[in-house]
Order: sequence, then structure tokens, then C-alpha cells
Amino acid sequence: MNLLSMGDLDREAIERITDHAARFAEVSDREIKKVPTLRGRMVLNLFYEASTRTRGSFELAAKRLSADVVNFSADGSSVSKGESLKDTVLTLGAHKPDAIVVRAPWAGAAELVSRWTDAAVINAGDGKHEHPTQALLDVYTLKQRVGKLDGLSIWIVGDVAHSRVARSNIVAFGRMGAHVTVCGPPTLIPRGIETLGCDVRYTLDELPGADVVYALRMQHERMAQAPVPSLREYAACYQINERRLSARQMLMHPGPVNRGVELSGGIVDSPQALITAQVQAGVVVRMAVLYTVLSGARTQAPLPEPQLA
Amino acid sequence: MDSQTKVVLRERDIHNALLRIAHEIAERNPDRQAPALVGIHRRGSYLAERLAPWLAELVDEEVPLGDLDIALYRDDVVTRADTPVVHASHVDFDVTARTIVIVDDVLFTGRTVRAAIDALFDYGRPERVQLAVLVDRGHRELPIRPDYVGKNLPTSRNEHVHVHVRELDGCDEVLIAGARAAVGA
Repeated sequence: MNLLSMGDLDREAIERITDHAARFAEVSDREIKKVPTLRGRMVLNLFYEASTRTRGSFELAAKRLSADVVNFSADGSSVSKGESLKDTVLTLGAHKPDAIVVRAPWAGAAELVSRWTDAAVINAGDGKHEHPTQALLDVYTLKQRVGKLDGLSIWIVGDVAHSRVARSNIVAFGRMGAHVTVCGPPTLIPRGIETLGCDVRYTLDELPGADVVYALRMQHERMAQAPVPSLREYAACYQINERRLSARQMLMHPGPVNRGVELSGGIVDSPQALITAQVQAGVVVRMAVLYTVLSGARTQAPLPEPQLA
Repeated sequence: MDSQTKVVLRERDIHNALLRIAHEIAERNPDRQAPALVGIHRRGSYLAERLAPWLAELVDEEVPLGDLDIALYRDDVVTRADTPVVHASHVDFDVTARTIVIVDDVLFTGRTVRAAIDALFDYGRPERVQLAVLVDRGHRELPIRPDYVGKNLPTSRNEHVHVHVRELDGCDEVLIAGARAAVGA
């Protein structure tokens, strides 16, 4: 079984993973914070992009379940010597990993990897496409806080164009019954985004109606041209700060935060910010994901039909 | 009910068996701190819940009660076709230096108990671990022996033993069913 896209998971599957995550939370309270469930299985972290929290939480999640972890990062490996993604996967396949966690700057990379290996493939972010485990941990964080997402109004604000988190979260929040609105400057809202099941706004005028405000990071490193005149101008129009966010609204952010750009410094540390809870959820949700893709007989998992989303 | 299904213990028998087990636990753990009870999810935890107040009265001391889900400790996680559902375990007391009685409904191959012992040791280092089961149906695959048994029930390997508890199933009874007459449980 692979986890390539939120589109692969229906509501029931999302609930199953988040329910498992809630139960795995107890493991971290034990004297021995480790269970032998995935003993002898190997998880390969294949990271072509800088990432601290995603990689760290996958590694910790695998270790809590007693799986072996091998980290493979792009710099300092044969990638810098020109090896292709396919050759890398085939070479590393010789170590017989049971799961490969893929983070890459290219949309569809995880899906490609899944064609070249029998291991379960987990997409940990592929370019501007998807980041399904982030969406799952956000659903989990909200469920822990408010019980269910049905009827919640969730605003995803900021750089939607470059955001794989936005694409996965629109789908995940929608499947869980929330009403999703994306908001940002027109240059950062891709055309046709509403086909994922969301409304589009270009100003924050209706923001007070939101129950949850999900701010996205301004990804300057992905911006080839200048979609906004300056970060200061962006902040003037779209920054979520004490003035724009009321006390009853919850604030989320996938991290890392650019303080003073998409969020004001003060709001990050306010009690309505769930940002730390999101980071904590990362480990238990990824335990649940690894458990889901790695339990069950190995021969059971047929390779899925290639699906280009 | 299927003609191949037979009731072997009724509500009264189960009550008496558990009451006797409570007395035996008290008797065998005389001059030490009261043992703690840990039920194995799910039906074992209901049986442990019933034993606890009786035992507390007999030893005149509070009896810590917990429950364990052994899904994460199974030896067949990677071979069985389905993904076992995991439930949270609750062991909110310190197990170190205590006598712990593991409580389960049916003792069969012993694999569940092996997993429960492993799980228990992740919470600390118990002084002693004992095992109480409502039904011992034989066919052990591991060197595991119960300390307290409600009823020894000789069975053939392809029969099914079903324990029903009122908290989950509406009534207390133990059934034995032939291989083809398996009732859902």
C-alpha cells in the first residue's frame, strides 16, 4: 500500500489513521517509548530537499515502532554526481526497504518511485503537488482540539500557488466535512484551484467568518518571478496578526514560520496558535501511517495503477 | 442458535468462577502489597474490572486496574492479511516492584499472553506476573501456564470458544461452537 496523494484516502481511511494516531500518543508516555510492532522492517528516508521536521518525525515514528531507518539525502550522495532518481531508487532497492519515504522538489516524484519498487511509498512532499502526511496531521490536530471538522469554516491564506500543503489540505479538510476557502493575492492563487473543492477570495474581508485560519509560508525559494511586489507589501495586505484574528479563531501553520511576513511575531506565540500541537502530532500521525502501510502481508499489496493527479 | 453451538458457562457460573479467582488471588498474595490487575483488551479488561472490587475487599486495600491492547506486540503483524486495529492501553500506575495479574477471557495458544507480558514490561519491571483466565481451552504453542483458571475446557483445535460479557454482548455466557458454526465475535 502506498500513500501518494490525499485523493487516495476516503473519509473512512482518514478517520482510521487519525484514530490510530490518537492511540499511538499513549506510547510516548510509557517508560519505554517504543513498541516492537515493525521490528525487522526497514524504512528508507529518501530526501531530495531540506527538511527538518518532516524527516525527523518520520525517523522518530519509525523508531518508536522498532523499524530500522536509513536516511538518504541528496547532498553528499551520488545525486551530486549525476545519478538519476530511477537509478538511485533501483540501487537503494538492493537494500530491500519495506517503505520508502520520498521528499523531492518534483511533482509526481513519489508516484514515479512507486513504479520502480515493491516497497510501500509514502509521499513526504513532491514539489508543488502534495504533502499528504501534513494534511493528515492537521486533520488530527483539529480533531484533537474540536472533535470533528464537520461544518467548520477553514481559511487557507497565503502562497497557495507554491504550496503542496494547500493542495493536500483542501482535499483532506473537505473530505472531513469542513468548508474550505483559499485566500491570497491573485498572483499566488492558481487558476482552477476551486475544482479541488474550495472557494476563492482575494481579500481578508470575510476572514472573521472563519473558525480556523491556516496560514501558508511565503516560499521565496520557489518564486522565480516576483508574484508580490515585496514581502512587506504582502504582509500589509495578508499578514495574520492580532488585529485580523479574533480570540475565538484557531490559527495553524505548517512551519517553518516567517515571523513578520505571513504571521506577526506575537500571534505565533498566542494560545490560539496550534502550531506546536501540529509539530507534536507529526510523530504519532506518521506512526499511524507507517503502521497502516507496513502491516498486513507483504505480498498483499499490488502495485497501484499509475495515476497522474 | 446453531445446533453445533453449546453453552458451557452461564451467568451464574461465570460469576462464581470469577469470585473464586478473586479469592485465590488474595490467598496467594498474602503479605505483600495488593496485586494490580491488568485486563487484556477487550473482554479481559471487563473481567478484570469485575475482579477488582472483590479483590479490593478481600485484601482491604485499593487494587490498581489497567488494560492492555496487544495489537502492537502481535507476532503476526506482517503476515496476517488485515491490519489489526490498535486501541490505547491504560496502565496509569507504577508497575515496578508490584505483582501484576494479567486477566484474559480465553487462554488458547498463549501468544496473546506472550504479547501482553512484553507490553507490560515496557511500563516498568513488575516483581511478579501471574495469569488469570476465565477459560483454558488448551492447545498451547508456548510454555505458558495460567495461575488462576475459571474453567478448563477441553476442545478440539477447530472448535471456537466465545466468551460473551454483558458490557459488550448484552449477556454473560461462554459458548463452544463447531468449526463451521462459528458465530461472529
